[in-house]
Amino acid sequence: MNFSIYDFTSFNQWIDKFLNDNLPAFWAVAVEMVIIGVAILLFYALVGLFLVYAERKVCAFMQNRVGPNRVGPYGFFQTIADFIKLMLKELIYIKNADQLLFNLAPFIVIIASFMAIAAIPFAKGLHAIDFDIGVLYVIAVSSLGVVGILLAGWSSNNKYSLIGAMRSGAQIVSYELSVGLSLITIIILAGTMQFSEIVEGQRDGWFIFKGHIPAFIAFIIFLISSTAETNRGPFDLAEAESELTAGFHTEYSGIKFAFFFLAEYMNMFIVASIAATVFLGGWMPFHVGSWAGFNHVMDFIPPFVWYIGKTFFVIWVMMWFKWTFPRLRIDQLLTLEWKYLLPINLVNILIMAFIVLMGWHF
Amino acid sequence: MKEVINLPVKNVEEEEYHINMGPQHPSTHGVLRLVVSLQGEIVKSLKPHCGYIHRGIEKMCEKDTYPQIIHLTDRMDYLSAHINNHAVCLLVEKALEVEVPERVKYIRTIIDELNRIASHQLWWCSFGMDMGGLTCYFYGLRDREKILDIFEESFGSRLLHSSYTPGGLMMDIHPDFQKNVKAFIKYFRKKIRDYDDLLTGNMIMQMRTKGVGLLSKEDAISYGVTGPSGRASGFSCDVRKHHPYGVYDKVDFREILGTKGDTFERYMMRMNEMHESMRIIEQLIDNIPAGDYSAKMKAVLKLPAGEYYQRVEASRGELGVYCISDGNKTPYRMKFRSPNFSNLSALDHISRGVKIADLVAIGGSLDYVIPDIDR
Amino acid sequence: MNSIFEYFADIFHTVKSLLTGMKVTGRYFFSPWEIVTQQYPENRKTLKMYDRFKGEVIMPHNDHNEHRCTGCGICETACPNGTIEIIQAKIDMPDGKKKRIIDRHIYHLGMCTFCGLCIKACPSDALAWGQEFEHAVFDRSKLNKTLNQPGSSIIKDIVE
Ligand code: SF4
Ligand code: SF4
Repeated sequence: MNFSIYDFTSFNQWIDKFLNDNLPAFWAVAVEMVIIGVAILLFYALVGLFLVYAERKVCAFMQNRVGPNRVGPYGFFQTIADFIKLMLKELIYIKNADQLLFNLAPFIVIIASFMAIAAIPFAKGLHAIDFDIGVLYVIAVSSLGVVGILLAGWSSNNKYSLIGAMRSGAQIVSYELSVGLSLITIIILAGTMQFSEIVEGQRDGWFIFKGHIPAFIAFIIFLISSTAETNRGPFDLAEAESELTAGFHTEYSGIKFAFFFLAEYMNMFIVASIAATVFLGGWMPFHVGSWAGFNHVMDFIPPFVWYIGKTFFVIWVMMWFKWTFPRLRIDQLLTLEWKYLLPINLVNILIMAFIVLMGWHF
Repeated sequence: MKEVINLPVKNVEEEEYHINMGPQHPSTHGVLRLVVSLQGEIVKSLKPHCGYIHRGIEKMCEKDTYPQIIHLTDRMDYLSAHINNHAVCLLVEKALEVEVPERVKYIRTIIDELNRIASHQLWWCSFGMDMGGLTCYFYGLRDREKILDIFEESFGSRLLHSSYTPGGLMMDIHPDFQKNVKAFIKYFRKKIRDYDDLLTGNMIMQMRTKGVGLLSKEDAISYGVTGPSGRASGFSCDVRKHHPYGVYDKVDFREILGTKGDTFERYMMRMNEMHESMRIIEQLIDNIPAGDYSAKMKAVLKLPAGEYYQRVEASRGELGVYCISDGNKTPYRMKFRSPNFSNLSALDHISRGVKIADLVAIGGSLDYVIPDIDR
Repeated sequence: MNSIFEYFADIFHTVKSLLTGMKVTGRYFFSPWEIVTQQYPENRKTLKMYDRFKGEVIMPHNDHNEHRCTGCGICETACPNGTIEIIQAKIDMPDGKKKRIIDRHIYHLGMCTFCGLCIKACPSDALAWGQEFEHAVFDRSKLNKTLNQPGSSIIKDIVE
């Protein structure tokens, strides 16, 4: 087995072979699933905790503060401490809540974000499953989360929650469209929906550069609408703490609240990964045309680092949005989508299709 | 014959429901309870319930001597503590016909204006927060800290100063006062550009506030909405201009008037007032005359029997103090006409038909301080 | 045609205003030296309050454990909140007369509103502002302080 951090394919095959040699086929698959599940779970928890920490630090620096700095060096273990606190906290029993749905909602939200992770390629050969309709799958799965939010708002038996959930419903249903359409723009360019092939197609240049202006516009639209889809500021109308206290999760406490909280950050991570994968070349290193030396140096950085770097850049931009802008109103939110993003998006697709048809892209 | 069954037809559109905004709610800036009738997201009407933080300040005044009353007025509109103190001091001085030294007048005016800036800074941060821009909060507080430092250096406290007394000041200003105030003005002139970049010019903010929460001039007058909120509607009500006290008659400043009376105008009023206040301070800061920091006052102040009224321009509007004295060392009755109480009364009128998000923005633009409403 | 122009002008203005805002936060993000936070418990050693800072009312004593309070009780009446309680004692003077002196000058910090009237009213300047501000305690009774130190006496040259 030759294991390298540049290519995980052989590593995966080696595990696969090892298991199949030693176990019956059914059990081999089962063990593989468990391994993947545990790996993703760990990854999920780590990334979630880190993102919460990162958000706090980023917003602190933008606000002229230092942010968490008490627990551990630079407050690094703050989120872990918070997580422990949330786990130990009492789950407040809401008397008139619909208990089944109330308890189910956080799980739906978190499962939705969990499922989406499976299709994302972290590095060459490092993805749980490589659908040939990967993009479609991720879009479909990530919009499941809204069901959880709606349930949470409905079952809490709280008017604030209900308003939050309704807003969230309207918001996600409309912004789903823009997310999908902006991805379609790139799919036209890439000619495939499979993530691995999309990444492979960016070997000689990221799509955001390859696709001229339409790709760039699509990227901006994707950024805006995915921020909206993850219910983050300035589109955090579902939570809108100055209006609805905490929106749909007003009544949640302890670990159930933590689930919503984590899911929000994971959703952000997922959309940022998609943006990184589809527009910024995923784990592909940054290559410039014919600069062989430069390209070689870039190749030296492991793909996983590239992927994480790009993802966190997109996340940072999203945090930048959140900590700069005031919140929109619900009607403005919908105006933005239906009057601005959607028409621009449609025209953008046409232009992109035209460019691809004429072969004007690189 | 067929029987006609009249099913009760409920028009879902017309159904209203109520939510309680407050007493604990992130947007009410204190313990104010608004019972809001909503239809979907549209506010149909609302009813403020006050009194959660009623401390009976007016009644407490009746047992206190005049110098003792000062420290209670701090606690009404705690963000313009100095200006509240000023009102009572002026009232007592007027009743006793004491001439306060020029120096005191100058210092009081400067401090009042600094207080106004500090108050507007805090309003700006909380308005930003109401709109969902949390970063505003920290920028505003950061700059307000500079003013509080100046206060602390001279008067020893940051929020509730009790630094005026009938006849003058508790203590003279610190020797560094003038230097620090000038440094602050220089600093804040630079930083206020951040405010404009971050919030004033922001399209989202403008879309959310322009044309929302309209208050006409007539309504402003009939509800008694004063201060920046009233002036946004074109109601010229600046006490500093119309009934000058301190040395406001000697300085050159504009009374900023709006025309539309929407949330954005109310916002702009305060932003511009900060600039005006800085201008006033700049005119005065180098010209503070030398002299005593307090007039000679008797040990026990007894107001001649009669009724007195004094108004000042607090940072949120006109603060009036009405006092009936029966010749004793304590007033027979004290009444404060607090600006926030009147401003709040217009909230229902302004916010009918807007969305909840707008209600929060309107509330932010009226800038009510709850302890001043309840007293 | 005009409305189409407006449509794009709208987008342009919006984007421009948003970018202006982002410039502000972005600039602060990349200039960490502008951070204003003070690390409070760490900077306790270097933290210096302003001279006039109103931390609490104290009664300064000199090296011989002497204060200036005559026990006249004026501060007690000047205080709007009943924060100060003066307990007087009578001592026999050498010439046979009885004299009132201060026994205990009790100050309820929890009730003080820091108005400064007591300090202003005191005819013998016995009171002053202290710089201490870490007043948090677990028991309210700890906030009731006796300002004159045990065994202290009045400075000789004070005349009533
Ligand atoms: S500062 Fe004011 S409240 Fe405190 S003890 Fe002195 S007079 Fe009383
Ligand atoms: S502190 Fe001053 S006012 Fe109070 S009892 Fe002593 S001497 Fe009198």
